[in-house]
Amino acid sequence: MSAIVLLAADDINVAQNVAFGIIAAMMIFAALCVVTTKNVVHAALWLVLVLAGVAAQYILAAAEFVAVSQVLVYIGAVMVLFLFGIMLTRAKLGSEEGLNNPGFLLGIPVAVVLFGLLAYVSIDAFEDTTLPDRGPTPTELISDQFLSPYLVPFFALAFVLLAAAIGAIVLARKD
Amino acid sequence: MLAVNFLLLAAVLFCIGVYGVIARRNAVLVLMSIELILNAVNLNLIAFALLHGSVDGQVFALYVIAVAAAEVGVGLAMVLMIYRNRRSISLDELSEMKG
Amino acid sequence: MFAAEAAAELTSGWFLENAWLIALIPAIGFALIIAIGKRMPFKGAEIGITSMAVSLVLATGTALQWIQRTNSADAHSEEAAGFIRAFSRSIMPSAAEGGHSEPFVEPVVRSWVWWSSDGLEFAIGSRIDGLAMMLLWVVAFITLLVQIYSIDYVRDDRRYTHFFAAITLFSSGMLVMVLAENMIQVILGWEIMGLCSFMLIGHWWEEEANSRAALKAFFTVRVGDVGLLVGTIIIFFGANQWAQDNLDSNGFNISAIQAWALSGEASSNVLLVGAIALFIACIGKSGQFPLHTWLPDAMAGPTPVSSLLHSSTMVVAGVFLVARIYPVFWEGFNIGQGGMSFIAIIGAITIVIAALLAFVQDDIKKVLAYSTVSQLGYMMLGLGTGAWLAAVFHIFTHAMFKCCLFLCAGSISHSGSHHSFDMKRDMGGLRKFMPITFVAWIVSTLALTGVFPFAGFWSKDEIIDNVGHAGYDLFYWTALGGAALTAMYMTRATYLTFFGQPRGAAAGEHHPDEEHAEEHEMETLTVGARSLSSAANSGHASDTGPGAVPHGGSGGSGADASADHQDGHDHHGSPHESGPILLTPIVILAVLSALVGLLNATAFGSDWERFKTYVEPRPTAVLIEDYLVATGPGESVQLANPMVFLDTVSPSAVSAESGGEEGAPPTGCGFETPEPGTACFFPAVDHAEPQLSKILLSLGIVAGAYAVAIAFCVSFYGRRNKRLVGLTERSRIAKGGYLFLKNKYYLDALYEGVIVRAIAHPIAKGTYWFNQNVIDAVVNRVGSSTKQTGDWVYKNVDQRIVDGVVNASGTVASETGHALQPVQSGKVNQYGALLFGAIAVAAIVLVLLNVN
Repeated sequence: MSAIVLLAADDINVAQNVAFGIIAAMMIFAALCVVTTKNVVHAALWLVLVLAGVAAQYILAAAEFVAVSQVLVYIGAVMVLFLFGIMLTRAKLGSEEGLNNPGFLLGIPVAVVLFGLLAYVSIDAFEDTTLPDRGPTPTELISDQFLSPYLVPFFALAFVLLAAAIGAIVLARKD
Repeated sequence: MLAVNFLLLAAVLFCIGVYGVIARRNAVLVLMSIELILNAVNLNLIAFALLHGSVDGQVFALYVIAVAAAEVGVGLAMVLMIYRNRRSISLDELSEMKG
Repeated sequence: MFAAEAAAELTSGWFLENAWLIALIPAIGFALIIAIGKRMPFKGAEIGITSMAVSLVLATGTALQWIQRTNSADAHSEEAAGFIRAFSRSIMPSAAEGGHSEPFVEPVVRSWVWWSSDGLEFAIGSRIDGLAMMLLWVVAFITLLVQIYSIDYVRDDRRYTHFFAAITLFSSGMLVMVLAENMIQVILGWEIMGLCSFMLIGHWWEEEANSRAALKAFFTVRVGDVGLLVGTIIIFFGANQWAQDNLDSNGFNISAIQAWALSGEASSNVLLVGAIALFIACIGKSGQFPLHTWLPDAMAGPTPVSSLLHSSTMVVAGVFLVARIYPVFWEGFNIGQGGMSFIAIIGAITIVIAALLAFVQDDIKKVLAYSTVSQLGYMMLGLGTGAWLAAVFHIFTHAMFKCCLFLCAGSISHSGSHHSFDMKRDMGGLRKFMPITFVAWIVSTLALTGVFPFAGFWSKDEIIDNVGHAGYDLFYWTALGGAALTAMYMTRATYLTFFGQPRGAAAGEHHPDEEHAEEHEMETLTVGARSLSSAANSGHASDTGPGAVPHGGSGGSGADASADHQDGHDHHGSPHESGPILLTPIVILAVLSALVGLLNATAFGSDWERFKTYVEPRPTAVLIEDYLVATGPGESVQLANPMVFLDTVSPSAVSAESGGEEGAPPTGCGFETPEPGTACFFPAVDHAEPQLSKILLSLGIVAGAYAVAIAFCVSFYGRRNKRLVGLTERSRIAKGGYLFLKNKYYLDALYEGVIVRAIAHPIAKGTYWFNQNVIDAVVNRVGSSTKQTGDWVYKNVDQRIVDGVVNASGTVASETGHALQPVQSGKVNQYGALLFGAIAVAAIVLVLLNVN
């Protein structure tokens, strides 16, 4: 889908578009694998690919700091958590039947309808909008935003993380 | 680049995530699908940040990343507890909420 | 005009500027106790005591320097104003004598920007004025004594270190609040105290009653805390713009709030609503009716905690808050105009209700707890009727004698009655065994009941006097009645504890352990050995109990008492006097209870009114320019002496023309709008002149109450008078009244039984009903009603129209019903599918609506 749109837009930076298209295609493929594969560990590895793709897209969109955070937090920490989760729940390492619900086909129409809607809305609103070319965002700007206008959400987030840490300990300890 | 490229990519990822949440039975896989959805949202945030030339979108994306990390932590802890109590993490066996 | 000449520096000093250390040091102490307390030779107690001692030294220095500062202001004003005053006196004698001519003594403010958001700076810092100076000293002093007392009292407790950590943090929270420069800091200290009170009341959480009491205290106070947040926000939005325009400050700053409330520009509705919300917070924290129920239950904590909670911290916080931003309440409730203020009504109700409850308590600590509630009612009544100074003075004296009483109660239970607090079962005749405790108890009881030379007389009678002076006759008599009730219930408690024949543990008897546990669940275990199980029956249970502390070889009476408590009472001693560590704080406090009243002995003349001079803010209008110069960032030292004469010359000039006749409306801050460019920070409250007749009246009432109570006690409890014993069984009225009081007016039943059941249960039930009937019904009805329709169609249309069609429709409808029933499958995935599907549909609808 995005490839079609890509071809239509020929008046802009080609290399960037090509990179975007390749990465996007890879991400969509990997994402489909995540939700269809029969092996839980493989699903996790495909997910790594999607997340790495997302990070690459962030770089294309001039958001270096977010990209680095994405790599550190998602690929570094969250994926390790997932793998631990898989190991601790003794999932079979090989392929496994019954990973899907009996009524899993219900998901297809829902996803398709949702996609149709989103695609229609996006194209309708932003059909010809071109993203500006921008250099990397200075991290300083982001930190300024965090520490002045978004300070209260920042504190709130700190509490969320604390609560999550305590909650995870309480839930997962054995007694 | 066209803005719509990013938006469509995000839409695709989002819908795949939705499909995963609906179709998957294994709780860990459901959590992974939720990660897909969150990443799709983040892509949109970054794209709009670029479009409007402000860093607010990036700040929000960072918030989402942090919240997602917390969510995975708690979610997996819950999965672990469910597994300990039932020796299974199949969501269709968890029907305490049955009306 | 004269401003430049009059401007002179007020003295300041190191202690005043660095008063923030007073709160910081205990906080550091807390961290140290948590970190290394267990490894210290005294397990952390020495850190807590040292930090409080340092705080006390700093607070003393602060107090002395504040007194110097006030003196310097007065000296300057005498010097500079001499001429003007003489001049003005010749023109308008009443204004010059009117008492408004005292110079304003500016609070010493230090503040740092804590964080800022969108141009709004949230500061943290210290603001020292008379009130803060007084309370800082009291808190540091009382906490130090209580900690010293605790060394012996909780010796060998399983959570000894944590006890000291919590109690140190607790006073730190109170000090933070007292120092507060803005409302955010008040909330910070307020919440630290809430948390610590929870930890301390539930210190022995192994017994369910204790942890329930802790939860109750926490939640009840939390009900009020909502009021604090709401009130702070209301006041902020009301005051912020004014504060920015006039004082270059913001709506959280306490000085700004005070000035705004008195500026005459504040909307009276905002003030009223804000004052009500804030006062709800004070009702919760200070245990006023109807949220007083948590206070007596808070006796579940160790006795040192009760004494700290009830004397100088926690419960005083609410009174302090009212006193701190008094202008808001003054204007909001129209106290100056003699309105029947909410505060005064609540205070008066609390006085009587709590005093009556104190009569039916058998637990000595609960008598004291209700007495505290009642005394807090006095403070609130004073604040609600304009007797600011008397109320604040009562905080001071009450801290001394109530702390002393609680420590005496602890001493009795520790050494006299074998860890029981039951006056009827386990006490009696203890004056022979514990003479020092007895004397201290008597002294502080006399202070509490307001007998002439003792502390309570000067503060409580001052409140009563001022209430009467302000024209509230009903409250005046209520307060006098409350004084009589106080004398009576304290006589009862004293008699039951110290006179008569020793009973129960005081006579050396032992209860079987289980009974002991049930009857005296409050404080039967000093050592946490009786843990989750009731294994304390067996001699060595303590060694097997989880987390028990082995206590071999630790000396002291506390260890002996607690050790034999566990060892099945093999060698329980008879009642004896407590050790020196327990007695020293008691004696110090008893001496102070007798003497501190002289600090504001109004009746002796104005030279004795030290509190009025040094604690009460001066109701003088201040030139805002001078004030701004004084409190600019980092310039708190270079204070300009504000214009002294503003108030005497300008506002009174207006009244001087019309004020010749009697009954002229009062003038000055709080009664009229300050001149443009000036601001008031405290209303000009009126002080009652002491009158011999009123003093004699209240003393007479107290003496009469004593006489009645003593006679009653001797006949009732002493000779076991046949006619009186069993009165409650024989007289229905007496029994009804007794039951009514015994059940605390059924307030707990109201809260837990009626309100929880009436609100929470119906909600739960309603939700369940909704779930069962509506949601299920919708699903089922979709099927069944269509099926009924089908049936109806079958019966009526069947004969005329083709059979098959009707049958099919019926079946389809029925199938739909069955198909929809699994919607409530309890399966997350299906819910997810429904959720996303519904969102998609809804979004499509919205998009279509927008397109067209």
